Amino acid sequence: MTSRLTTPVYEEMPEDISDRIDQGELLEIALGPHHPSTHGVFRMDVVLDGERVVKLKPVFGYLHRNHEKIAESASYLASMPYTDRLDYICSLSNNWAYALAVEKLAGLQVPERAEYIRVITAELTRLVNHSATIGFLTQEMGASGTPLMYAFREREKILDLFESLTGSRMMCNYMRFGGCRVELPSGWLEQTKKIVEEFPRFLDEYERLLTGNEIFMARSQGVGVLKKNLAINAGITGPMLRASGVNYDIRKVDKYGIYDRFDFKIPLGEHGDVYDRYMIRMLEMRESLKILNQALRDIPAGPIMDPKAKIRGFRPKPGESYGRIESPKGELGFFLISDGSPNPYRYRVRPPSLINLTVLEDMCRGYSVPDTIVIFGTVDIVLGEVDR
Amino acid sequence: MLEEIKVRIESAVPGCQLEIIPNGSPSGQHSLLLDPPHALEVAKFLRDDPELRLDYCSNVTGVDWLDTEQSPGHLEAVYHLYSMEKKHGPIVLRMRTENRSDKVHLPSVTPIWRSAEFQEREIFDLYGIIFDGHPDLRRIMMWDEFEDHPMRKDYVEPDDYEYEPTPHDHVLTRAKEHVERNPQ
Repeated sequence: MTSRLTTPVYEEMPEDISDRIDQGELLEIALGPHHPSTHGVFRMDVVLDGERVVKLKPVFGYLHRNHEKIAESASYLASMPYTDRLDYICSLSNNWAYALAVEKLAGLQVPERAEYIRVITAELTRLVNHSATIGFLTQEMGASGTPLMYAFREREKILDLFESLTGSRMMCNYMRFGGCRVELPSGWLEQTKKIVEEFPRFLDEYERLLTGNEIFMARSQGVGVLKKNLAINAGITGPMLRASGVNYDIRKVDKYGIYDRFDFKIPLGEHGDVYDRYMIRMLEMRESLKILNQALRDIPAGPIMDPKAKIRGFRPKPGESYGRIESPKGELGFFLISDGSPNPYRYRVRPPSLINLTVLEDMCRGYSVPDTIVIFGTVDIVLGEVDR
Repeated sequence: MLEEIKVRIESAVPGCQLEIIPNGSPSGQHSLLLDPPHALEVAKFLRDDPELRLDYCSNVTGVDWLDTEQSPGHLEAVYHLYSMEKKHGPIVLRMRTENRSDKVHLPSVTPIWRSAEFQEREIFDLYGIIFDGHPDLRRIMMWDEFEDHPMRKDYVEPDDYEYEPTPHDHVLTRAKEHVERNPQ
């Protein structure tokens, strides 16, 4: 890769800035909560020195509905459709994470065919998420329309697949404890194979448009650098962590489901800047296609539900479990405590979007407001999951 | 595994009280109960020990245990630790408060793992545990003026719910009751 442009960065935060704000030297403003670039209702209270960000405090809670409390007063299964609404771009991954935690809690075994269906839907979800993220990112850089529409054109094809499988394009509510809800419709696998075969063409086209684009490179290289040690300490997960060069992917580490059967690589970044976070997502899509090709080739026939799984009167034994998956945004975990009743005693979502925002201030300090928007875009959050 | 870690912590941090809390579910994730005065030292040991290297604190959450006939109630903070370097985990840590009152304190582990920053704020907000040593302990989900802690099991929602434009059934009953209690 060519040498990168550098921008001055405030290494440490200035000690006390309240005097400078009072004297009018620094400007204190709120970015958001209502603005398309905040991806929902999210506010950043920033202090600006001219164009440069000196301080940034994220403000959450505009979409807070206490998802966890609602889930504690409902049965285990009743929360499944609600998990769709956490990260509403990746509903199938959310389903899987919740189902995984409950299966650990109750000791259910998922049949082979259902595991394959889960892998296929989860990887399709990753394609949907990453293409949408990159589309929005380019939109925020000022590439108005074209790249986003290209990304949404491809997303649309996969949403059609979801619709024919689950009946819903975004709120899929497809997985159940111990398997999946319905069998694949006839011709679904062939249609998926066709879309997976055609997808690399889109990626090639997209990369021709962006990867070597001079404006794109100038806006993204060397911007919003996240250092490796800070990323680990702040619990960053997903493409953001790997862009900083940490080899940690839960699909490889935990090997949940049947991920140990597939041959795929974990792309790693070197610089940890916006460009790397874009590139990691591009490469991850190509790896997802590899997994999809293998899964679509090997999927066996058989049942899709554990015969021991009960829909009615589902009461796990007292105990607790933490189940986590590599969702497209990072580590999505569910922590459940059962007291033997039909409702979970404690239901906790570990949201990757919220925790990835921990380092937003560190990444943005010293950059201008338009860069802040771009850096924020590469964190890839969904407010339904941040605020819960 | 957990017994070994317990022995090693006890030799590294003298005077600390540890207890293994068994987990009855098939997940087999047993946890380690720390005593709050030594928690920070234990956390530092777990992060820096070359064999464990639990450098990644994934999930931090609170649990509310009500008073029962056998034992008084308490609030609990649960930590799920993993190692990104060694790729093992989870090690589950717990800390318990003395009671369920409004002024219960636990030490914050945010100086050790920054990933706990927002999550401990969330516990403070929704459960009301005050984390000593947290750099920025404010409400995170609820607004600053809010007074109660909604995730507690005995939380009662205030009687200022939003009315429907045309109240009916139980909403109408509640609306009438509300107006009777709060004459304009």
